[in-house]
Amino acid sequence: MTQPVSITLQNSQDGFAIAEAIMADNPGAERRSMPAMTKIDRPGRLEIKAASVSERLGRDWDPQEIHLSVISLSGSVDEDDDYFAVYWR
Amino acid sequence: MAARKLNLKQKYGHFTRGLDWEPSYQSKDDIFPFAKYEGIKVHDWDAWEDPFKLTMDAYWKFQAEKERKLYAVIDSMAQNNGQLGITDARYLNAVKLFIQGVTPLEYQAHRHFAHLARHLPGAGLRVAAQMQSIDELRHCQTQIHTISHYNKFFDGIHDFTHMHDRLWYLSVPKSFFDDATTAGPFEFLTAISFAFEYVLTNLLFVPFMSGAAYNGDMATVTFGFSAQSDESRHMTLGLEAVRFLLEQDEANVPIVQGWIDKWFWRGYRLLTLVAMMMDYMLPKKVMSWAEAWETYYEQAGGALFADLARYGIREPKYADVAKAEKGHITHQAWTIFYNYTHAAAVHTWDVDDQHLAWLREKYPETFAQYYEQRYLNWRDQANQGKRFYNNGLPQLCQVCQVPMAFTEVDDPTTISFRVSEFGGDKYHTCSDGCKDIFDHEPEKYSQAWLPVHQIFQGNCGGATVPEVLDWYHINQGADNMDYAGSPEEAQWEKWMEGRRPAAPMAAAAE
Repeated sequence: MTQPVSITLQNSQDGFAIAEAIMADNPGAERRSMPAMTKIDRPGRLEIKAASVSERLGRDWDPQEIHLSVISLSGSVDEDDDYFAVYWR
Repeated sequence: MAARKLNLKQKYGHFTRGLDWEPSYQSKDDIFPFAKYEGIKVHDWDAWEDPFKLTMDAYWKFQAEKERKLYAVIDSMAQNNGQLGITDARYLNAVKLFIQGVTPLEYQAHRHFAHLARHLPGAGLRVAAQMQSIDELRHCQTQIHTISHYNKFFDGIHDFTHMHDRLWYLSVPKSFFDDATTAGPFEFLTAISFAFEYVLTNLLFVPFMSGAAYNGDMATVTFGFSAQSDESRHMTLGLEAVRFLLEQDEANVPIVQGWIDKWFWRGYRLLTLVAMMMDYMLPKKVMSWAEAWETYYEQAGGALFADLARYGIREPKYADVAKAEKGHITHQAWTIFYNYTHAAAVHTWDVDDQHLAWLREKYPETFAQYYEQRYLNWRDQANQGKRFYNNGLPQLCQVCQVPMAFTEVDDPTTISFRVSEFGGDKYHTCSDGCKDIFDHEPEKYSQAWLPVHQIFQGNCGGATVPEVLDWYHINQGADNMDYAGSPEEAQWEKWMEGRRPAAPMAAAAE
């Protein structure tokens, strides 16, 4: 069985855009709302595509800006210029 | 021709490995004197893979942005009487516990990660430790600065560093961190970065911040989120550090497993305070401790340990005990605090009917059967003007330092009580988990500074409760005792009075 990875984001303007991009790009992801935060889980891997977030924000979004919106994660991290991913090896 | 722009991975490689050098006139063993004594074997430091790749320019840019956001909220709180936005003054006791118990640990973490930034032999790990050290100092400072607004209006916050070093319930977090910083560098990484930050930190921060958000505490939410984004980096460091040690040498596996067992249990016992806060101190509740434990330990931890199984790592020893106890520990901890509120810098109170109903719903198998009647008896006593305070001093667990009030896993009516002998003396622990830790390093834990023992030995200001409370710097009659009748309650009621609509003229005339 593939273990779930998870990311928790702030309910901020950027956080909402990132959450929407994740839901659009990662079929099977599950989204749960809590006060002030949103938790998204998916088996195996979650990927945030910079292009997807940029499109929703109407500006260039750098994956390192994830540092301004992330609250917690579960899994290993992989990041580069055009994506940020949480996954199990 | 212009130089090709480096991608993120290349930039970070230059920043860490590229700026490191091989020593030529000193031996590595002399430069890193703490690297080998724990028995950890590392053959290739370059095999370390950096999880987050923050170069300095990006680090300062994002940290500055986080600070700007936080200080906008702090200013807004100060300018708009932000303290009036909380649901009820009882809520503030969660914040008091946080600044008394957690904020000083941030400072400790700052100091010890600076130590690791000097003493870990791998350049990539050193850079990550250096950044974490700066992060932790920022957390400590921003928490103090944010909560200072509440200190203007509420009690129990005024001397938290002094209290952290002396109060009985604060010796629980203090001794936890002292234990970690007096261990070697790899045990510290496993203890704090992995067991605490990766496995358990969600249970500290997420309920606190979600609870704060739900209870109108904008300030705590904001510093919490500001810290928590750094925390994601720290958690990942813990996971990758443990994975790295396991991959480097098979001989590391049993050593790391021993640390995971120990620090899971230490962290879990420490979280008892947070668990009680969640179930008892939030006027509006987000989730119960049992629900948080299921989401953040049983589910997330299950995924983690399934992933680590390939290295021969299993779930922490006694994780099954923690699971079995989840319907009990918060009620037992609240009982301790209710008993000793006269000696604490937080308030406790009668659990009202609505709250009792919530507890029955969240803990259908334990609450009504074992705990509810106790609270109703206390209510009766308080109504007769005889609010119960326990004037004896509790026995403390030699390891976790929580008063010995936890019960046997299979019998919630019997106190769990373990005894070890060392050097001709008896030492008491609250559980098999704490007893194992004591028995493995009795030389260390026999030296524990136990607040109750210290009072009896005459080291805490005197032989009477008021003298000890003075020595704690507790402002007696304000910081301590039941919420009912406290100056804080009177102040809060006065503020709220101003919000209630005036009585209609006709009614007022009657």
